[in-house]
Order: sequence, then C-alpha cells, then structure tokens
Amino acid sequence: MMLLLLLLVPFIGGLVCWHLQRLDPGQARSVALGTMIVVLALALALWLTGDYSQTLLPLAGDPPGHWVQQFSVPWIPRLGIRFSLGLDGLSLLLVTLTALLGVLSVGCSWREIHTNAGFFYMNLLWNVVGVMGVFLATDLFLFFLFWEVMLVPMFFLIALWGHDIPGGRPRLYAAIKFFIFTQSAGLVMLVAILALVFVHYAASGELTFSYADLLATPMSARTAFWLMLGFGLAFAVKLPLVPFHSWLPDAHSQAPTAGSVILAGILLKTAAFGLLRYLLPLFPAASAAFAPYAMALGVLGIIYGAVCAFGQNDTKRLVAYTSISHMGFIVLGVFAGTQIALQGVMMQILAHGISAAGLFILCGELQERLETRDLRKMGGLWARFTNLPQFGLFFILASLGLPGLGNFLGEFLILLGTFKAHPRLAMIGTVGLVLSAVYSLILMQRTFYGKPGTEAPIPDLDRREFAILTTLAAVMIWLGLYPRPFFAVSRAPMQALQSQYAPAATEPGEPATVREIP
Amino acid sequence: MFNLLFVVFLAPFLGFVVLSIGRNRFSESTAAAIGIGSLGIAALTTLALGIAFIAHPPAGGAFTQPLWQWLDVGGFAPRFALRLDGLSLSMLGVVTGVGFLIHIFAAWYMHEDDSFARFFAYMNLFVASMLFLVLGDNLLFLFFGWEGVGLCSYLLIGFWYKDPANGTAARKAFIVTRVGDALMAVGLFWLFREVGTLDIQQAVIQAQQHLAPGGTAITAITLLLLGGAVGKSAQLPLQTWLPDAMAGPTPVSALIHAATMVTAGVYLIARTHGLFELAPFSLEAVGVIGAVTLLLASCAALVQSDIKRILAYSTMSQIGYMFLALGSAAWGASIFHLMTHAFFKALLFMTAGSVILACHHEQDIFKMGGLRRRLPLEYACFLVGGLALSAFPLLTAGYYSKDEILWEAYAGGHLGLFLAGLLGAFLTPLYTFRLIFTVFHGEEKLQAHPRPGVTNWLPLVVLMVFSTFLGGLIHLPLAGVLPAATEHTVPTSQFEIGILSSSIALSGLAVACALFLGHRRFITWLAGSAPGRLLAAWWVQDWGFDWLYDKLLVQPFAWFARINFRDGIDLAILTIPTGLRALHGALSRTETGRIRWYAAGMAAGALVVVGMVFI
Repeated sequence: MMLLLLLLVPFIGGLVCWHLQRLDPGQARSVALGTMIVVLALALALWLTGDYSQTLLPLAGDPPGHWVQQFSVPWIPRLGIRFSLGLDGLSLLLVTLTALLGVLSVGCSWREIHTNAGFFYMNLLWNVVGVMGVFLATDLFLFFLFWEVMLVPMFFLIALWGHDIPGGRPRLYAAIKFFIFTQSAGLVMLVAILALVFVHYAASGELTFSYADLLATPMSARTAFWLMLGFGLAFAVKLPLVPFHSWLPDAHSQAPTAGSVILAGILLKTAAFGLLRYLLPLFPAASAAFAPYAMALGVLGIIYGAVCAFGQNDTKRLVAYTSISHMGFIVLGVFAGTQIALQGVMMQILAHGISAAGLFILCGELQERLETRDLRKMGGLWARFTNLPQFGLFFILASLGLPGLGNFLGEFLILLGTFKAHPRLAMIGTVGLVLSAVYSLILMQRTFYGKPGTEAPIPDLDRREFAILTTLAAVMIWLGLYPRPFFAVSRAPMQALQSQYAPAATEPGEPATVREIP
Repeated sequence: MFNLLFVVFLAPFLGFVVLSIGRNRFSESTAAAIGIGSLGIAALTTLALGIAFIAHPPAGGAFTQPLWQWLDVGGFAPRFALRLDGLSLSMLGVVTGVGFLIHIFAAWYMHEDDSFARFFAYMNLFVASMLFLVLGDNLLFLFFGWEGVGLCSYLLIGFWYKDPANGTAARKAFIVTRVGDALMAVGLFWLFREVGTLDIQQAVIQAQQHLAPGGTAITAITLLLLGGAVGKSAQLPLQTWLPDAMAGPTPVSALIHAATMVTAGVYLIARTHGLFELAPFSLEAVGVIGAVTLLLASCAALVQSDIKRILAYSTMSQIGYMFLALGSAAWGASIFHLMTHAFFKALLFMTAGSVILACHHEQDIFKMGGLRRRLPLEYACFLVGGLALSAFPLLTAGYYSKDEILWEAYAGGHLGLFLAGLLGAFLTPLYTFRLIFTVFHGEEKLQAHPRPGVTNWLPLVVLMVFSTFLGGLIHLPLAGVLPAATEHTVPTSQFEIGILSSSIALSGLAVACALFLGHRRFITWLAGSAPGRLLAAWWVQDWGFDWLYDKLLVQPFAWFARINFRDGIDLAILTIPTGLRALHGALSRTETGRIRWYAAGMAAGALVVVGMVFI
C-alpha cells in the first residue's frame, strides 16, 4: 500500500497543481513542495519498516525470494498483465534519491518559474510519478508504461520552460531530440519485451508479463542475445552511453534548472537501474557474452565525455558531458559484475545523482544572476559572492572524485571490482580519474578564479538556496564517510545479482586470481 | 595516553572547519589564533605522545586506534584507523613541529592579505590531510590523505586566484600529481587482487607468503606505487609541476613544497618497504630515479634566476637523495634526511619569503645584491640553511643525514648511486652559494625594507638551531619499523667515506666562492660562450620536459577538444535527419502538378512492375 501511495501522492499533487493554474497559480509551488515532502517522508518510512536482507532474485541455486514490500492487482487479465509493484533495497535507494531530488527540484524552481506555474509543477510531479513507477514496477508491461510516461512531462519541461541560448539551438529542438532518441530506443525495448513474453508463452503456455515469471525463461543463446540488445539499446540511450549520448548536452543546456536536476539526478539513473534489474537478471549469459563490448563502450564514454567536457563553453553543457563520463563508470561496473563493482555502481548512482544535482543547481543560480552561462563571460567570481563559490568548489571537487565524498568511493570501488577480471579495461578507466581533474579544474578556473571584470558584488545565496545546497553537501559527505547504511540496504540485491551473473561472466580458463610466477 | 592520537589530526581539522565557516567574519588575529593554536595543540599532543612512546613503547612497537568502519563491501573492509609507530611518530613530529613554526611565520607573511582566514583554513586542512596520510593504517585511508594534500596544494598554489598564471600553475600541480595518483590507484587495485586486503601490515604479510619475490605481480605493483610516489615527490618523470608550484605564497612553498607533502612519496615507499623488498627491480628503479633526478635538478638549479625556483629544484634534488637512499635499502637514512631536510629547507624558504617581502615582492636574485648589511638575520639564516643543504661537515644537520645515505649506498654495493650522490654533493654547494653570494654580496641593487616582528624571527631562529648539528643529533625511533642497515663488509670504513664526501662538499664550496664571489670573470665568460648559453637555455627549461609534455600531451588534448567542440558523434548522427530532409525535398519536388509527369511516372512504374513479374 505504501508503494501505491508513492505513485498516487505525486499524481494527485500534480492534478491539484494543474487546477491551481486556473485558480491561484502562486500556490502551486507550495502544493508541489508539500507533495514532495510527503513522498520523501513515505520513502524514509520505508527505510524504517522493512527488512532489506530480502529480494526477489534468489542467490544462485536458492529458491526465489520475495520483495520486501509488494502490491499487486490484476489489470488486463486476458494478457496476463498485472498492476504489480515491488520494493527491495535497490529500488529503495533509488526511490529515496528520487524523493529527495524531487523536493530540491521544487525548491530550486521557486523563483525561476513564473509562467504557467501550475502546469509546470504538474509536469514535474508527474515526471516523478513516472520515475517512481519505473523503480517499483514488477510487471514488464507496467514498467514499459512508466518508462514512456517519464518522457512526456520532461518533453514539456524542456519545450515550454526551457532556455533559448542566443546563437544556439532552440529549446524545441532539444526537446524533440530528447524525445526521438529515447522514444525510438524505447520502442525497440517494447519489441524485446513482447518477444520475451512470447518466448515464455511458447515455452510454458502461460501468457504473463510478470517479472518473477519471466526471470528464468528458457531460450536459445541467440534469442537471448537479440532480446538483451533490445533492452540494452533503450538503457544505453537513456544512460547515455557513447555513441548514443548526443541528446543529453542539448537537453541539459535548454532545460530549466529543475529539469536538469531531474534529468541528471534521476532520469539517467533509470537506465542504470534497468541494467541492474532487467538486463543482467533476465539475460545473464547473453549479458556476460556482451560484457567486453559494453565495458569497452563504457570506458570510451568515460574518456570521450571527459574530453568533450573540457572543450565546452557553456556551463551546463560542460556538466552534461561530465555526466556522460561518470555514467561510463556505471556501465563498466555493471558488466564487471563483481560484488565490489556492483556496490560501487550503487554508490556511483547515488553520488552522481547528488553531485550532478548540485552542479546543475549552481549553474542555474549563476545563470539567474549573471544572465549567461557562457564561460567566456565569467571568471573571477570568487570575490563577488560570499557563499556560492564555496559550494561550487565543493561540488566540483565531488565530481573530481575527492576521497571523503561519494563519487570517489563509487569510482574507486567500480575500478577495484573491475580490475579483478578485466585489468586492462580498469586501467584505461583509471585515466578517467586524471581527466576528471582536468575538466573539473578548468571549470573552477573559468568560473570562479581569474581576473574579475568588475568587483561589484552579486547577490549571494538566499536562505532557500543555501538550505538546498547544504542538504546536498551533507548527503555527499555522509555518502563518502559513512556509506555503510546504504551498502547494507543494497547488499542483498547486489549479492543475488552477482550470484546469477558471475558464473556466466567468469570465462573458462580465466581463474579469479592470476598469480604469475616467472 | 595513546588514545589521544586522534586529537593530533582532529585539532587542525576543527580549525579548518571553524575558519571556513567563519571566514571573513574573523579578524586577522582571531584567525591566526585559531590556525596557529589548533596546530599548537597538535604539536603538543605529538610531543606528549612521543615522550610516552619512547618511555613506554606500546606492545609490538605500534599502537592502533580504530575510529570507525569505513565500508564493508564484498570482502573489502577498510576502516578508519590510526596507527602510531616509530615511522608515523617521526613524520608526526616533522609535520606538526615544522608545520607549527611555518604557521607562525605565515601569520607574519600573510599580514593584511584580503583572505587571511581562507589562507589559514586551507593550511589547517592541509596539515589535517597530511596527518591522515601519515597515520592511516591501510592504503585506502592513506590514499584519502594523499588526495587531500594534493587538493590543498592546488588550493594554496592558486591562492591568489586573480592572476590566471597562478591558476595554471595550480592546475598543473594537481593534474601532474593526479597522473601519479592514478598509477598508484591501479597499484592498489592490483595489490588488492593479489592479496585481498589493503591493510598495510596484512598486505605485506600476505605478499611475503603468496607472491613470488621478483615476480611480475609484485614488481608491477611496486612500480605503480612508485608512480604515485614520483608524482607527489616531484621526481622524474613527473617532476615538472614543482617549480611552477612556487606561484603560491611562500609559507606554502615552505610547508607543502619543501617540508612535508613532497616527501610523502618517500614516506609511502618507506611504509611499504616490505613490498619493495620483494621486488629488487622496483627498488633499483627507485634508486636510479632518485639519482637521475638529483643530478638533473641540481643542474637546473644552477641556472635559475628566481630565488624560489632555485630552492624548488634544490628540493627536488634533495628528495632525489631520499629516493637514492630508499633504493639502497637505507630506509632509516632516508627518513632521517627527510627530517633534516624539512628543517633546513623550511628555514631557507621562510628566509627567502622574508627577503622577498623586504624587497617588495622581487624574486629575481640578479635584481637583489648586497643585502647582508640590511638583512643580517636573513643572511645568517641563509648561511646556516645553505651550509646544512651543502652538508658542511660536522657542524650541520644535513651532513649527518647525507653522510649516512652515501655510506649506506656505498656499503650496500650501489656504486652508481654512490657516485651520483657524490657528484650531487659537489653540485649542491655550487647552486646554493651562487644564490647566497648573488643575493647577499656584491653591490646593493635595491633598497630592502625589513618588517621585523616576533612572528618573523622566532620560527627562523628555532629552525636555524635545528639545522645545525643539534638537528643531526636527533635519534628517530625507527628500529622495529624499518629494518636496520645490514652489517657490511667493505674494505672502506664509514669514517673514510665521510672524509671523502666532506672534502667533495668543501671543494664544491670553494669552487662556488671562486666562481661567484668577487668579479665573476670566469663565470661570466663561461655563461657568455656558445655552449654555455646553449646549456643554460636548456637547463633553465628543466631539460625541456615541459616542452616535451606540452607537445606530446597537452596540445593534442586541447586540439582534439577544440576541433571536437561540436561533438563529432552528434554531427554524425545528425546526418540522419539531414538525409531524411533531403529525401523529403527530392520527393516533394516530384509533386509538380503536371498531369503528364504523373502519367509518365505511373506508366514507368507499371512497366517496372510488369517487367518484374515476367522476368
């Protein structure tokens, strides 16, 4: 029932906001904030009420487990489709991240959005509904439905409240590009889902979209491979994995701040979640066979994203490319599939969600004050603010992977876990540590350091902005210094995942540890 | 008593927190009091710990204070735990003691700076990170401090951020050392794969049991760790950042780029000596890198004109000595030299800072001259520090440590390293006294205005005392942590080697006097000759490493980022809509409204279809 509330509350909140559009648009933001706080409270209540040592996916050889919480009612019985939701540690972490960033994204739109505020907050809240649905759905049809539902509100957020950069591409262009990229890849996934259901039907005579039932569908390696690619493509575009990434910089640079926060902080994570929840468990052997290529693309993304980031002149485009680089680590870790790497992926998901949100919020705040995002027009801002540059430094350092903050742990664990089986890829991935310093520090230099054009002070953070950034910074430090509560929650799902995937991933003839004796 | 260990790093860290929250609200004296006071607490605690440690050594020679479990993931369970043994105690003493004095000096140096509190916040954070590095009992924890000191180095080099050149120097320092850090990280991954832990003591034990001595794995691991060490310690081939790092305020150069952070590489290798002993090739590489850096940096120091750059190259070459010692398995001698070097190099840097301020931020030694009359204290400090740096026999601290290194290199049979060390011993007084004679002797070229104050002279005098033989008398409690030098059976005694190295140092001093005192006819002629000019131009650029890296790495990277500004992959994908639009354009052009074209089209289509059916 709690799970249903996670969807219903923002859904109804969105409806209310929409109606306030006609009655009293000024109230919409308060309603949206209240709604998201309730959602966050629900998510935190879930932390206290469940025993997260359980998950549906069993350890290899064990009988199936069960969700920590679930909700299921028949929906379209003739096709075996149910409205079923389930929660385990993996989805709990993502649900919490979504709720937290949802609150903050309402907070950071407080002053930015004036036109059609009611409709804006409806889109924001319904976007959250879509994302929550993706994290909670345990029926593949329902999953796909939510996967598509996420797109539409985001399309409107970019198209209606986005920014047009002078001399750049119009915001409608960015919105349509975002939509076509993700939609077309989503359709491929739909085909793959249907094919999987039919394969299962052919084998067992039972028509079902249930995740639990489809888990152990017997199929030929060839079929599995193509179905895996169908799912994989959708996730690769959403993640985004190079070379399917080019919608992201456009979408980010044109999106309003809240849109960027949701996009980088949560939407991208649905793809990472998809890899962990669907791709690896449904097709362990096929994923393992494809792993070297996926990991190579991940490493390529780490480096390509970092190099592109270095060359950008637009703060938000720069941060968008850094996201591509950070997401490359996630692909690397997922397909490495060791326990350490998978937990690293979990940490990277959370930490990047927080750090990217922080950076995008800062970009938005700078834009509000300077009316530009062009790095060529910035520089020397350090002395013109009191607090803003300190936060800038903090989140830039987080993105750079400074120990003590979450991103470091994520990347370190991913590389540590990957090195065991794929030392070469891990070594190339480590180049990302150097390149992240290159783009992070150039961002620092071009915004805050250097000679100021004028010494005139700029209005500093107000209390609302200060609170938002402090919250993010505190979570970041928590992730970096005392991450055990988070790892404890994701342990069971990750162990199960590893036990399903690892046998397939360990290639014959390659022992886990190689000791060379001359 | 030992339970107070955490205070040592907590005090400076809290100082950082308070200063960074309070920032501009604090007056200069409050900020200085917090910054210096917190370090004073750390130094006093260290002193108390040291006394307790020597009076009642803990069982097993080490005390471990676990703080909390960091993470526990898939068999990887590093914790935050502080480890106090002879080695970390020695480092603690250097970091807190010298750091405390430099903080006092910094309060004088940074007087009336706009961001006084920010400066002390960064300095305190640096000391806390450095203590983290030194006290960490596992390599991940050590890496934490390792990156932390790198960050503080970046922040402090670029402290005066309004000048873009400082920003460039700061970025260079961070990125070049980060290359080393990345190598070190790979080393940690590999080590973990082989031994399943990053706990230093455990890892060494496991490695001794499971890894074949001299095998590929252990050699690769130690070489990668060495990569981290050369980055941090500015050794070949990652040394290029250190001279540029002199862009930071001078107390920063004294603390970070002379006394503490740059010696972290030496500490790392000494700390993991158990691994290096298993890999003779890597150990040899350590020594060779040290020896080569020592000579290259000495030559570069001979031709610089910026007072701080000379000292920077000198630091590089002295760390080269420490690496040379490590490579000869003279672990204790290396740490001993680390300590004495911290004394006299911090002294030299702070004195240079006083001189620079007195000369209105002039750093070119050829624009100074004859300063000994107006700056007598600075002159005395430079003499004592310079003599210690040159290892003047018996009277200076530097002599005792350098003599130990040379002796052990010789006695251990490392003849090449020994000879390089001797050559370095000749070059050191040459560049040191070139600096001293140029700055303090000869005609007065500018009016120096000293700004005296207790916070200026007190730290100088204390370090001056420690730079004399009194510093050489300190006995570090390293037995039990680092293996003692083995008994050697060589025909020559340590005394004879001492005579040899002293006479070489003295002859270097004599040559320096002949060349740089008085009219300098010979050196002027030498510098003016064609080969002299060529060599000087080459050495001034640090043997062209910067040029090479710029051409090989920096420029291609920047070039690719520039041409790929529009993202080539995006452009490639955009050909799809462009192609579709072109197709659309072509097709819509056939829509002409002329019946005969349509009729002709239909007829042609029908023909094709009929043809396909029949053929």
